[in-house]
Amino acid sequence: MTDHAGAGHPPHRTGPGAEGGSGGAVTPADAADAARLVAFGLQPKLGPAREPDYAALLRRYLEDPPFARLADAVATGLGLVVLEVSTRAGMAVTAGEDSVFAVRMGDYARRAAADSADRFLHGLAHLAVAAMAFPRPEDLADDGYLGRITVNGVESFVRQACRRLEERAARQGENTDPSSDAPGLEAAWRVYARRSATGATKDARRLAASTTGIVGKAVSFLTDSGFLQRTGDEGGGSYRTTARYQLQVRDLAGTAAMTELLELGVVPVADGTATLLPPEEPDPVAESGLPYPV
Amino acid sequence: MAPPNLSVVTTHVTAAGGAAPGPRAPGGPRTAPGPAADEGLARRLRALACTAPLHDLDARKANLAGEYGVYAMAEIALAAIDLVTLAMDFDTGADHEQVVARLLPRVAAQTPHRPAAEHERVARWVLESLINVGSVDRGFRAVYGTFAPDGSYVRRDYDFKLIEEVPAPGGGICLRTTDEAVNVLVGALDTDVTSAQIAAEVKLEVLISRGRLADAQLAAEQARYRTVQYSETLRRALEATRRNVRAVDWLRTVPDLIGEALDHIADRYRHENAILTNIRRARDEAEDPEHKLRAAELVDIVQDCIRRHTRLQSRLLEAGPLFRAEQDRQAFAPPSGRAGLDLYGQLLAPVLALPVARAGRVTDAFFARATGHRSPGAVRLADLTELLLTPPAPREHLGAELPEPDLVATPDDSRFTEEQFGAATELLTLPPDAPRRLSGLLAEARRRDPGLPYLVALMAVHAASPPVGTAYRQGESRLLFAVDDGTELADPEFGGADLIVATALLDTAAMATARADHPEEPQP
Repeated sequence: MTDHAGAGHPPHRTGPGAEGGSGGAVTPADAADAARLVAFGLQPKLGPAREPDYAALLRRYLEDPPFARLADAVATGLGLVVLEVSTRAGMAVTAGEDSVFAVRMGDYARRAAADSADRFLHGLAHLAVAAMAFPRPEDLADDGYLGRITVNGVESFVRQACRRLEERAARQGENTDPSSDAPGLEAAWRVYARRSATGATKDARRLAASTTGIVGKAVSFLTDSGFLQRTGDEGGGSYRTTARYQLQVRDLAGTAAMTELLELGVVPVADGTATLLPPEEPDPVAESGLPYPV
Repeated sequence: MAPPNLSVVTTHVTAAGGAAPGPRAPGGPRTAPGPAADEGLARRLRALACTAPLHDLDARKANLAGEYGVYAMAEIALAAIDLVTLAMDFDTGADHEQVVARLLPRVAAQTPHRPAAEHERVARWVLESLINVGSVDRGFRAVYGTFAPDGSYVRRDYDFKLIEEVPAPGGGICLRTTDEAVNVLVGALDTDVTSAQIAAEVKLEVLISRGRLADAQLAAEQARYRTVQYSETLRRALEATRRNVRAVDWLRTVPDLIGEALDHIADRYRHENAILTNIRRARDEAEDPEHKLRAAELVDIVQDCIRRHTRLQSRLLEAGPLFRAEQDRQAFAPPSGRAGLDLYGQLLAPVLALPVARAGRVTDAFFARATGHRSPGAVRLADLTELLLTPPAPREHLGAELPEPDLVATPDDSRFTEEQFGAATELLTLPPDAPRRLSGLLAEARRRDPGLPYLVALMAVHAASPPVGTAYRQGESRLLFAVDDGTELADPEFGGADLIVATALLDTAAMATARADHPEEPQP
């Protein structure tokens, strides 16, 4: 068994890979139970509350440390990262970077494999969904928080952010039109702003290449992953987040993206309470904590 | 039909600009490639590029299968941009089909002898070309050159849209014109909105007082475009407020904006009512029928301005409560002990500002870990073979067979037969320019069938109070009506007034637009 998903250690347990607990020999039945628990964890839409077997295995994981180590080892061996094991989130596992369970961009959207702009837009859509679902740092940290988003809301939120960057560039008198010879140097917001928000198609579906189509794809994918739940049709489809999504964004995706950003030499300043504020504008209102006119 | 893809509009600026850095012929004037001069040039090149799609329409019409050379495509395109701009309001834009419907009269006027299907094809082609259906971004790109600070010549891409498709509140799609298109349309609109509007209205008053209504109409139309643009600015600000209280400066900027806008509305409202009174007088006193018509159109335009102001005002009044509700929701939530990651401020906003090649690395990292996992399909060849060879299961979800309903024939007790209805309808299908007397209709009906006059008389009496509301809602193109001009009816069987029965033609396109604007108030 090779440990090729060493990126994340399960939070509750020390070192995976222990072949047997200190409290006695492992029977094949134990291994089967541990694998069954991981298999339940691989079905993100399945909640422990609805499946008595799942709940029993979870209880065993929480009460029986050798069994817990065994289940962690099974998950690690499959190339999975254990995010959290609790009655709230169930056995929250996710794919390690090179795992067979990982989602590849090329499988996710065919165009994205060839076109770097499309690839960026699909990634950005996922980042924007998370940012809109957890608008403040507190929301991401608070375990009881349920984010609510709509497809059109996410789309116009990013468009607004792009517009603000455009206005800032215009104020500074920059010529942001990219050089024809080096399209990679084009500012990222321009790629989004240029793409049309929506479009009519011959068969009344969403235009897949429009930004609304891209955000719509992201949320329906996340819904299939058990990260979002559809709550209605308003605003192009409204959704709320699940505990798993919060874990995934907080413990894994957010950190990974931050690391990448820091490697690029961009150090975003954070004071721990900052929210959707344009960072370049000093705003006395936010500092006072009372964002209304006095 | 497959119009050629128009994703790249290339303005050939390289011929003029490309020669600039090279050594000039001796004695020739040398333009200084300074950044200031260059910036102005770039701005003008971009403005020029915005008109390129319109010129391009006339250039490309030769490629359409058929004889389309006679159509003035640029004219239709400008009319389309006009229509979309005027339909823009706070939430809505123009409906695609309505724009096509309202374009048709102009297209038809260009070639009255051609079939209507061809007119519609031209209108659709122009509108779709303006949206640029077929390109990935649904927009246009022009290439122009500038000098970098180090003196080197750089080619740049300028991306723009003329008409864009945005989500409509009802879940559909509507069209809006972009700022670029408004600038192409009216020109030099990129000025201070408020002062430009005041100037236009002062001009209007002077023009009316001097009786120059043709110019007055032009000025009023321009004032209306500015009103639309002003609403658009405010709409964006309010939208941002709804999304996040803190993203907008509610200490100074927004209250100032709202205050200014409310003052502006109060001022304009007074002003436009005064203008309205003046033009109404001009309309009623005008002798020249053309002046009368112009003044009547002007009344419509000013009324439309007032309507837009009222709508803007109601939005402004909602802004305060909206802010307070969002404030309650967002700011007074209990603070959490843990400080987390600020996804917008620390990730999204910095990423958007990066060059796309580097930003892609961050979004890739986020994507790889935020999407969770997918279980890969594992297929055994044996299963696959069996699966492929299994005949499809018969559909059973159609449900149980429905029992044959036991129907009882209802006795036919109608007073008139189908043939009589057909004959009466045929008799009353009058050409719009030839109304008839009821007496004549009754006599003709009596010649055909002794029972028919009763039905004709009944339908004529119904037509005295025509179902205007129904015709309006259903978008009918013609309506039968009857009026009493005081003549007595001389008939052996019937008494009363000898009604004049006539057919009215209805403006379906205008009704469709009015229905979309005010779904609840039918108006004839």
